[in-house]
Amino acid sequence: MSVDLEKLAEQEYKYGFVTDVEQEVAPVGLNEDVIRMISAKKNEPEWLLEWRLNAYKHWLTMKEPKWPNVHYPPIDYQATSYYAAPKKKQTLESLDDLDPEIKEAYDKLGIPLDEQKMLAGVAVDAVFDSVSVITTFKEKLAEEGVIFCSMSEAVQEHPELVKKYLGSVVPHNDNFYAALNTAVFTDGSFVYIPKGVRCPMELSTYFRINAENTGQFERTLIIAEEGSYVSYLEGCTAPKRDENQLHAAVVELIAHKDATIKYSTIQNWYPGDSEGKGGIYNFVTKRGRCLGQNSHISWTQVETGSAITWKYPSCILEGDNSVGEFYSVALTNRRQQADTGTKMIHIGKNTSSTIISKGISAGFGQNTYRGLVQIGKDATSARNYTQCDSMLIGDKCGAHTFPYIEVKNSTAQMEHEASTSKIGEDQIFYCQQRGLSAEDAVSLIVNGFCKDVFKELPFEFAVEAEKLLSISLEGSVG
Amino acid sequence: MLEIKNLHVNVEDQEILKGLNLKVNKGEVHSIMGPNGSGKSTLAQVLAGRESYKVTEGEIIFEGKDLLELSPEDRACEGIFMAFQYPVEIPGVANTYLLREALNSVRKYRGEEPLKHIEFVKFAKEKMKIMDIGDNLLKRGVNEGFSGGEKKRNEIFQMQILEPKLSILDETDSGLDIDALKVVAGGVNALRSPERAFLIITHYQRLLDYIVPDFVHVLVDGKIVKSGGKELAYELEDRGYGWIEEEKTAANS
Repeated sequence: MSVDLEKLAEQEYKYGFVTDVEQEVAPVGLNEDVIRMISAKKNEPEWLLEWRLNAYKHWLTMKEPKWPNVHYPPIDYQATSYYAAPKKKQTLESLDDLDPEIKEAYDKLGIPLDEQKMLAGVAVDAVFDSVSVITTFKEKLAEEGVIFCSMSEAVQEHPELVKKYLGSVVPHNDNFYAALNTAVFTDGSFVYIPKGVRCPMELSTYFRINAENTGQFERTLIIAEEGSYVSYLEGCTAPKRDENQLHAAVVELIAHKDATIKYSTIQNWYPGDSEGKGGIYNFVTKRGRCLGQNSHISWTQVETGSAITWKYPSCILEGDNSVGEFYSVALTNRRQQADTGTKMIHIGKNTSSTIISKGISAGFGQNTYRGLVQIGKDATSARNYTQCDSMLIGDKCGAHTFPYIEVKNSTAQMEHEASTSKIGEDQIFYCQQRGLSAEDAVSLIVNGFCKDVFKELPFEFAVEAEKLLSISLEGSVG
Repeated sequence: MLEIKNLHVNVEDQEILKGLNLKVNKGEVHSIMGPNGSGKSTLAQVLAGRESYKVTEGEIIFEGKDLLELSPEDRACEGIFMAFQYPVEIPGVANTYLLREALNSVRKYRGEEPLKHIEFVKFAKEKMKIMDIGDNLLKRGVNEGFSGGEKKRNEIFQMQILEPKLSILDETDSGLDIDALKVVAGGVNALRSPERAFLIITHYQRLLDYIVPDFVHVLVDGKIVKSGGKELAYELEDRGYGWIEEEKTAANS
């Protein structure tokens, strides 16, 4: 492709700043004492500590998965700190109590925590390193009976709900990273939508890693009772650092009869520099259970950040007529690697699932789609539609697809479409001839490629996702 | 408006244009005709700024500027438009969206305010009437699943929107039935003005029945070997290109 394009300057990762706040950081390394310390800090009940310790013991016997199509030097799990929290005060009475440095950090990220200034109709939980610093619009939500708070707070205020559901989707020994998360998770968001309630606003959590040499291990739990509806969005950013940082989260969703959960992610962790130095290792377990009849879980993800991404937001379709959806845009530029996809496990009758995956590889990026569609023997008349498209920009990147299909019921209907295309010089030239710069042309073409996924995002975030994609692509054309 | 002097162009190390000269003034319609492989499309691509076409010698001056110094997008913004012979598909990008982005990019280059969505729609509606284009074609992805005729009509529609100073039509007539041909010609004629010029590349005289050129040039083996008025097109239609090539050989010997 054209020489001029190669010269296009690389856009700096604009969220790479560090906030100077006094931190309380656990000593480097992982052992039972650290877990006890975390649990004590959070004033947790005994059962939770036991659960953590159990997970830790199990984790010690487990091995890091080697099957993902990603490559990185071995991680020294004893070289990371598993807890970091801003030092100032524990319980916030109001926004005025929030450390101004942290407030400023979120302002810089474009997420004003001041309720007056916020996007109308979006409530935010802000997680800074290991702890949730503030949750907005709590009172307004409480009027509807909606609980939206940090996980730590939920453990204190709603222990019965937490105990009932925590680990009911992703058990403590599910996989290596989930076990690690269970042992050391520090915070995250908790959402509970009561029966018949349509959550009156978008809920969102902004995760920010700030401290050095720490991992972030958050745990999110969303419960939608019968006939309820919630749309939830998470966003994430981190400072630029030369060292890799670990992020191992667990998200659990539970949809009861006739309930709908829409879960959207805009993942923009620091991706590392053009040489592949630094960046977040994003090893995440996300899973939802469609427990009741006609329940519906929809995952939408826009993954543009992280040095390495390993995540498979999945749906277990237990209730009859339940619906699972997975819409994904994954972009790997520079030296980024992603191995991402979904699992759709059909158990109930007339269950249906849709998978639309758009992978974009640029620079030296390696992008893998890995997906499993499983139709159980009792899942009569189950349906799946999978569309899996890859786009290559330049000739040093790669796209890989590993679809797995297991069908144990002959009434299943399966459709699978896949394509790989190279962004065309012809397409870019065509746009240039109409007056657009090469960079704008690439962004336009890629956004068109992702349209089927973006239209699933809440409007404000779709706009954000398009911008993010354009920024992440800058300097990619060559 | 446009002056091409002694233009030599290589494509993959093969010389295609071998010293082409051409002058186009405002308000003129020039037609370039010639046999296959004579370099007609190469000329169009070079004017539009296609990277893989290497200019080894000569110059192109457009409105007093050295065209070869400008990027393809800057040429577009300066007012050069090319209707592609094979318009590409850009799936998922709405036709209107590309057009509005393009128009606003051109306006920005000229220091004008971008058109608001409403203003753009109003403007586009007028042009749609001329080109017999429905709303549906506007909302679909750029050329996505368009028939051959729809693609060509869409090219001329884009030209209508961008209102270029110099329009280059690269075999826009090929593959069109007579009705589509009339619509395309109507689109071009509607834009003709003393300020604008057209370069119409074609194999056949057929299009020239509807867009009457001021000049006809015959391109053979990378050079313009004969120029004349519109009657030259009829002569070519009757006699083919053989006699011109013979004349040329005779003149050279």
